[in-house]
Amino acid sequence: MKFVNALASATVLAACFLSPVNAADLTVGFSQIGSESGWRAAETTLTKQQAEKRGIDLKFADAQQKQENQIKALRSFIAQGVDAILVAPVVATGWDEVLQEAKDAEIPVILLDRTVDSKDDLYMTAVTSDLVHEGNVAGKWLVDTVAGKPCNVVELQGTTGSSPAIDRKKGFEEALAGKDNLKIIRSQTGDFTRTKGKEVMESFLKAEDGGKNICALYAHNDDMAVGAIQAIKEAGLKPGTDILVVSIDAVPDIFQAMAAGEANATVELTPNMAGPAFDALEAFRKDGTLPKKWIQTESKLYTQADDPKKVYEEKKGLGY
Amino acid sequence: MIRTVQQLALRLLPQVIALAIVLAMIAAVFPGFFSFSFQNGRLYGSIIDILNRGAPVALLAIGMTVVIATKGIDLSVGAVMAICGAVAAASATHGNPLVVTLALALATGIVCGIWNGFLVAVLDIQPIIATLVLMVAGRGIAQLVTEGAILTFNDEGLIFIGGGAFGGLPMPVVIWIVFGIAITALVRRTALGMLIEAIGINRRASTLSGIQTPVLLIAAYTLSGLCAAIAGVIAAADIRGADANNAGLWLELDAILAVVVGGTSLLGGRFSIAASLLGAMIIQAINTGILLSGFPPEFNLIIKAVIIVVILVVQSPKIRTISSFFARPARQNGGER
Repeated sequence: MKFVNALASATVLAACFLSPVNAADLTVGFSQIGSESGWRAAETTLTKQQAEKRGIDLKFADAQQKQENQIKALRSFIAQGVDAILVAPVVATGWDEVLQEAKDAEIPVILLDRTVDSKDDLYMTAVTSDLVHEGNVAGKWLVDTVAGKPCNVVELQGTTGSSPAIDRKKGFEEALAGKDNLKIIRSQTGDFTRTKGKEVMESFLKAEDGGKNICALYAHNDDMAVGAIQAIKEAGLKPGTDILVVSIDAVPDIFQAMAAGEANATVELTPNMAGPAFDALEAFRKDGTLPKKWIQTESKLYTQADDPKKVYEEKKGLGY
Repeated sequence: MIRTVQQLALRLLPQVIALAIVLAMIAAVFPGFFSFSFQNGRLYGSIIDILNRGAPVALLAIGMTVVIATKGIDLSVGAVMAICGAVAAASATHGNPLVVTLALALATGIVCGIWNGFLVAVLDIQPIIATLVLMVAGRGIAQLVTEGAILTFNDEGLIFIGGGAFGGLPMPVVIWIVFGIAITALVRRTALGMLIEAIGINRRASTLSGIQTPVLLIAAYTLSGLCAAIAGVIAAADIRGADANNAGLWLELDAILAVVVGGTSLLGGRFSIAASLLGAMIIQAINTGILLSGFPPEFNLIIKAVIIVVILVVQSPKIRTISSFFARPARQNGGER
């Protein structure tokens, strides 16, 4: 009897797992910040793709960078009685009330990419990347690549005071700690833009003996690296060989540079935050397993060996 | 003639001194500052960097000076830069020849300028509000053109405008110097400059005395739009892509600052394009100097603020009165222009 029971429940479970019909009646509301950057556009595209693949009915709301629009969207999701809500919060504060409303309606809320300052029992989980870890992966790559040789590093920071700039700097410095052969000789902000990345790199090159003194560049995002690569070329040096280039984000354009041998490595900030969120949600609906309060996305390292041309073609269509 | 040259020299003296002091300060913290070399068919050095990186603000300052002289202001230039850069990039990726690309980009800037001029001159909206419209909406338009992404291109001709060299100087430097001289000649060798100053001092009186005020106002904003278009093409060509979010961001403020550092009053009237260009170079020299100095980035804005406050304080009318009190004989032929 026990065996039959077990078999029966296993079959039911398998049926749940295999049939897309079960997922089809899942309706999820997604409140996106807006279209502030190419990365966010890619996140929206991937969320829609993931929902379609899993047969989830996704209700999408664009908040145009305003929290009040997001709160409105959340309330309308609650009124519609969706099965779950994904939200990429535009700011960290002011969410308690609407999250409580969702909790009262027993609708699980999953935070994407950013977190909030509310008590953590008001949401199910947060899917974010670890910015410090990203910097760390970039730093480790550099440590391994120079393999003990002396190397002067210049750093292009993000916007001064922004959390990606602080954390990516911290993670990189942690990876370099104790490695006496590696030294960060100059560090300036490039405001996360190509123009400033290029301008600041030009001054680094002038200040460090025409660039002969620089062995590697670490940029807090790919756009600054792309600008800096042009500056290095204009100074008559070869980016990727004379000066190693490592950056973070993995936007399509850096793969073009890697394919041309002008950039060496990038750490991916994956725009696929919805995948792990839907995984957690499906597991919860299946047998009530609550996910951890923080799901860390993978910070994957790409180098020239990872067929950058192919990755570029894959990423190109995502709306970056 | 000699008298005009003397007057010009006297007018530009405070800016020249300020620039010299800023350059001397940079040379003190970074000894290799004045060194030059010849590389890739062009001059290569920090001074050239300042001239080159300062090109967008210098170009914007030319148009901004004329607009401010009419007692107006153009806040939209940064956004217009983004739109025109986006148009140029979109045109280049469609495979249009360089002439068509440039014509489209400059025409876009001119249209934006005419729109601003129309709001100010015909509908009589205050300039700060009228141009705020395009400042806010402009980036949205640029994003529509680039579809939200950084639009990259490989058109060699267009890239040459940002990274090429002519006569040993980078193209952007050549463009802003030639354009600056051309516009100065246009307004100073004709009565145009005086008419613009008249509008700035008293628009109503100018209209009553027979000046075609609306036409001149629209022309001033159109010039500003054209300058923004050239600056936008240079900015896009420089990074081989149009970045709708960041191209020209806050540059309208740098351009206004350049005009103010150049000693032109925001209340309209007398203006000097040459002084504004010097102002633009002072600002860029400070920016480049901070980058070369190796200070941590947290200090960037503080250093910039302190230097600019000092320059403005030294130029303020009260300080001038005090200094002229001590140096009365030297102020005998104190022409302002």
